[in-house]
Amino acid sequence: MAIFLTEHSKVIVQGMTGAEGMKHTAKMCAAGTAVVGGVNPRKAGQKVDVGGTPVPVFGTVAEAMEATGADVSVVFVPPAFTKDAVVEAIDAGIGMCVVITEGVPVHDAATIWAHATAKGDVTRVIGPNCPGVISPGKSNAGIIPADITGPGRIGLVSKSGTLTYQMMYELRDIGFSTSVGIGGDPVIGTTHIDVLRAFQDDPETDVIVMIGEIGGDAEERAAAYIREHVTKPVIGYVAGFTAPEGRTMGHAGAIVSGSSGTAQAKQKALEAAGVRVGRTPSEAAALVRQVVQRP
Amino acid sequence: MDLYEFQARDLFASHGVPVPPAVVAETPEQARAAAAEIGAPVMVKAQVKTGGRGKAGGVKMAATPLDAASMAEDILGMDIKGHTVRRVLISPASDIAEEYYVSFLLDRASRTFLAMASAEGGMEIEQLAAEKPEALARIPVGPATGVDRETARAIVTAAGFPATVAEAAAEAIMKLWETFVSEDALLVEVNPLVRDANDRIVALDGKVSLDDNARFRHQDHAALAVTDCADPLEARAREKGLNYVKLDGQVGVIGNGAGLVMSTLDVVAYAGERHDGLRPANFLDIGGGASAEVMANGLDIILSDPDVRSVLVNVFGGITSCDAVADGIVQAFRLLESRRDPVNRPVVVRLDGNNAEQGRAILDQADLPGVRQVHSMDGAAEAATELAAAGA
Repeated sequence: MAIFLTEHSKVIVQGMTGAEGMKHTAKMCAAGTAVVGGVNPRKAGQKVDVGGTPVPVFGTVAEAMEATGADVSVVFVPPAFTKDAVVEAIDAGIGMCVVITEGVPVHDAATIWAHATAKGDVTRVIGPNCPGVISPGKSNAGIIPADITGPGRIGLVSKSGTLTYQMMYELRDIGFSTSVGIGGDPVIGTTHIDVLRAFQDDPETDVIVMIGEIGGDAEERAAAYIREHVTKPVIGYVAGFTAPEGRTMGHAGAIVSGSSGTAQAKQKALEAAGVRVGRTPSEAAALVRQVVQRP
Repeated sequence: MDLYEFQARDLFASHGVPVPPAVVAETPEQARAAAAEIGAPVMVKAQVKTGGRGKAGGVKMAATPLDAASMAEDILGMDIKGHTVRRVLISPASDIAEEYYVSFLLDRASRTFLAMASAEGGMEIEQLAAEKPEALARIPVGPATGVDRETARAIVTAAGFPATVAEAAAEAIMKLWETFVSEDALLVEVNPLVRDANDRIVALDGKVSLDDNARFRHQDHAALAVTDCADPLEARAREKGLNYVKLDGQVGVIGNGAGLVMSTLDVVAYAGERHDGLRPANFLDIGGGASAEVMANGLDIILSDPDVRSVLVNVFGGITSCDAVADGIVQAFRLLESRRDPVNRPVVVRLDGNNAEQGRAILDQADLPGVRQVHSMDGAAEAATELAAAGA
């Protein structure tokens, strides 16, 4: 079944005709994703050749949904236009909007979130600044490489793109039901908790890997959620034990402020909730193997 | 980007938040002239992007312009928690009747904004929140609704400001919200917001943090990115557009993706527990591209750090293919050689993921001096740390 994204998902790409949009749309198609259209008001009515397949371009998200039945949008538009693009997707009532764009201002992300809530949470927003969602063998909405591993029974949720790839690679022989990159910005749509809830309810997921990093208290809140609501085994990993206080480490949200947001505190909270936490990605992978190989 | 007090003051002023007159001085003579212009007595305040400057002796009252000069002399060049004082702000020694606190900030957990206000200002907000949480009002503010007069009055009431200043404070709070939104700030804080002897409200000291991601719609913000980076290597890295943070260890680190680089630092530190307590020397995320030029600039900056004894390049090819990264490393070595600044410390490279075999073959063939390949993240960190320990 996987979560959020299945073989039945119909995907449109906002910003498909840009360089990044074209490159990754081709990769998504090659991975078997049903990409049914692109959105660009200036190229509406045209067809764009994506790796040999002609993909129609629509003027708006609403038109694309009307014509194709699309239920997922992937956003590659530049940061200055991201807020409007996502608000448009929310207004059209699309089921999920995956925002790949990096460098979206926090005030825009907060506006996007407030808008999605005001519209009744019809649209699941993922990101911004995230690698997207992949259900290996079924569909790929975003930029996670589809050839790292195949379908399996591990569910993964991560703030970091490259750590998602690293972890999928470490466990490539076991495979994944779905990997969700939620992004490392200070304000994001879908959270660790949202994804944990979905994996808990997914009959095709047996074990959950949760990757966090310094900054904020999303991991602590996820730990509290796990303690109450998650019965499947969860293996954790947190990056940034050596990060100095007060410095932003690459991701806009990855910052230890005073004594809050440290990797130590996150690890402690997760372990108190019964989550086994690896000190390194490989150690976390080994912990997953112990769970998977248990009869 | 955090602003200096004087920059925050200017920003407040441009949005109509009441601020005291003030002049920036970089020399004792400028401080004297400023004090004469403003009229003594004046405050001489160190401009540093850290708290606790008062306790460190960075804030003094001067009775005369000559006093202001000699105090500026003492304060300029002072080190406050690792920050060198390069400027002082001269402003009137106000007569303060009461001190309050107001701020707007991002509340990450609820994905909205938060107004915080208290009738008990003056002390550090962390201290207030810890010691008298009941005295600190917290009011959520949605981005769509914002702060109109009614909300501003509600904040004033919740904070318990006295009635004599309620309207003036509400006015200042509305202007402060305008600053927060229209400047794309992550934090605007006034501490203290004071009531003076004439019941006027003045933002006496302020802190502002701006969102670097919003730079594209604030052409004027670039000019606020002053200059005096605490660390010269970070300043150079910034010029080259590199995402570099200087740390205090001995193993240089280059990687792709913020999460993977943070993780690499941790793995190096764990390896260091077995090798004389060695630590990572820096954070450097070269992102998805990893071109030869980026790699060369990155290696150049890391090797300019005299504490660095070895370098670890940890790349997982996701979108990036490892053969491109390997080409980048080879060309970086040639580039640095042609600059007569060849790589002179061991470099351990770990390539995995997309096209890893091709990438590894390229490095094998190039046979670069001092380069060693290890095909796992843990093993590569161990090797780099071991080499750093041997190179002590």
